[in-house]
Amino acid sequence: MAKPSERVITIPRMGTLQLMLEDMFARLDVKYIMPPPSTAKTLEVGVRHSPEFSCLPLKVTLGNFIEAIEAGADTCLMAGGCGPCRFGYYAQVQKEITKDLGYDVDWIVLEPPKKGFISFLRTFKKMAPHRSIRYIWRQVLISFEKARHYDSIEKRLLHNRAYELEVGASEKAYTEAIDILRPAVSKEEIAELAEVALKHMDESVAMDKTKDVLKVGIVGEFFMLLEPVVNFDIEKWLGERGVMVDRAVYTTDWIAPSLANQVGGLSKEEVSKYADKYLSHTVGGDGQQTIAHTVLYVEEGFDGIVHLMPFTCMPETIAKSILPKVSKDLDIPLLTLVVDEQTGKAGFITRLEAMLDMMWARRAAKAGHDDWIPAGAGTH
Amino acid sequence: MDGYLGIDVGSVSTNLVVLDENEEVVAKIYRRTQGKPIEAVQAGLTELEDLLTEPVNVLGVGATGSARHLTGVVVGADAVRNEITAHAMAARHAQPDVRTVLEIGGQDSKVIVLQDGIPIDFAMNTVCAAGTGSFLDHQSSRLGIPIEEFGGIAMTAERGSQIAGRCGVFAESDMIHKQQVGHPTNEIVYGLCQALVRNYLNNLAKGKDILAPIVFQGGVAANEGMKRAFEEALEQEVTIPEHFNVMGAIGSALLAKRIMSRTDNTTHFKGFHSADFEYKTSSFGCAACANSCEIIQIAQEDGSEKGDVLARWGGRCDKWDLAPTSITQA
Repeated sequence: MAKPSERVITIPRMGTLQLMLEDMFARLDVKYIMPPPSTAKTLEVGVRHSPEFSCLPLKVTLGNFIEAIEAGADTCLMAGGCGPCRFGYYAQVQKEITKDLGYDVDWIVLEPPKKGFISFLRTFKKMAPHRSIRYIWRQVLISFEKARHYDSIEKRLLHNRAYELEVGASEKAYTEAIDILRPAVSKEEIAELAEVALKHMDESVAMDKTKDVLKVGIVGEFFMLLEPVVNFDIEKWLGERGVMVDRAVYTTDWIAPSLANQVGGLSKEEVSKYADKYLSHTVGGDGQQTIAHTVLYVEEGFDGIVHLMPFTCMPETIAKSILPKVSKDLDIPLLTLVVDEQTGKAGFITRLEAMLDMMWARRAAKAGHDDWIPAGAGTH
Repeated sequence: MDGYLGIDVGSVSTNLVVLDENEEVVAKIYRRTQGKPIEAVQAGLTELEDLLTEPVNVLGVGATGSARHLTGVVVGADAVRNEITAHAMAARHAQPDVRTVLEIGGQDSKVIVLQDGIPIDFAMNTVCAAGTGSFLDHQSSRLGIPIEEFGGIAMTAERGSQIAGRCGVFAESDMIHKQQVGHPTNEIVYGLCQALVRNYLNNLAKGKDILAPIVFQGGVAANEGMKRAFEEALEQEVTIPEHFNVMGAIGSALLAKRIMSRTDNTTHFKGFHSADFEYKTSSFGCAACANSCEIIQIAQEDGSEKGDVLARWGGRCDKWDLAPTSITQA
């Protein structure tokens, strides 16, 4: 067997993405450095070196790369793409920026397999030249399988948090559940420990399942949904106020949008089925998915929809202009939050609070009483 | 007399009302915040008490507006709620069948859509200054006309000058151009009102059904020119409630009443003389991570060096958060 590569790889931060990649790198004997958690400083660094009109995801992830390079990484792994959304060329832009800044780093850009499966596999080989393509692919698939379970555990957290009796208990159980699954190596172990982890989520937390909770679906651009730092951890904020949250996309749904068994995502046929009445073709990015998920959440009896998008995001801007009609037709409260680098949390919170009040009021009205503030809703 | 106190502390104005048991306004105060919310609330409370003809036994206190949390700590509020809910509540109280609430304040504006007394949709603008009262404030000083006279002058105009309302900067250069080529001042003044209304309807209210009855409230509703511009643009009658400039405070008092009626708790109100307490706000940078959040701390003077710390907030995480204990978990 050839010697492992001396490369030290890094990736951008995006929610639980690093859980999967840590696992994959370990399997392939690849050295890596994860960027430090995104902070205000990360954003500041990213904003300073990015084109002004680009969207927040480019700026934050550029900040991640720069901080990781400073910490010793010499190879940046970034996803490519070929949709009409600008994300497809972010890797190229970031590569040029780091070059201009004088960083001597290599870039590995993972283009989607539909652009050519062989070159897709070769990209992995670049990371782990000492391993056979066959071995690499097998490990990647197992890592992905494990990541699906990580996502299911996270989904359970979003559902359970609203019912917890002690604030923070579900989150603690979530961290523990991830640690339960983390050491799993073989497929059998993964399946077994994933079950233990999910059980831990349900059984180690004191919950009141009879509690009256609101159900809110979060839709929009994937990075805004997946990275809590840029969305002010909106799921936690809602969950702690007795809202059962569901999210339109999880990490593995984003990695493999065309595969079956999505954790939260929809297949192409489903997107078409739910969105077609309002938007019958793709508009790049997640625009059409946003509409489809909104319609589906209404069918599933949700109380409201929160739509998250980065400022200047074209696909979501299109979705944003269609959503009011969906909201009116299907009689569902909907709040679009546009996030940019300077967005303060206070404005978000005021709107979300008003949205919660509105959803409770509607519920009360449907039950036949005029009570705007429900028992148990608390004071914000 | 038993009553409820509502306080709305926004970035431009601070409003206080006392409602009696029948939810009628007994006394109200509208004053400028001038960047000092604590002082504004304390001075407002003192003024409000002077207005009362008989002593009021306060059964509940509500706080709203962008300084609602701070206010809640200072006065001992029972209900701290957002201003959108408060405005909807008050509009419905003034006009039970209201379908649309247009609210324009100094630094923000809102539209709230109601159906059968229940809010079903809303939007809030805090980004574009051209869609708020500060737009008129700024242009009126440019024209050398006190903002109080603005409405009256707008009403004398037969028509409004075309002024671009999309952006405050465009509007200003457009307005100067109109002045220089000789447009009458009253037409420019009314043109500015129309520009603000156009901005409001095209940005904030875009995609919303503006159905009658329409209630127009907030400080800017004092301007008759704005009512006229709204009515012309919407081709519908727009009602301005009697207490249009203190609606947030009324809504917050109503919310306090509702919350208190449901619990056995007594109010946390510190009294009209909470003005006598000295509050100290201080800040420090958290060093726990690279976010370096600025943490704000509110303490009541008690002779000790730090004082009695009542609340703390401002971090991205909840490491330092200290919620005021007075707030009822209704």
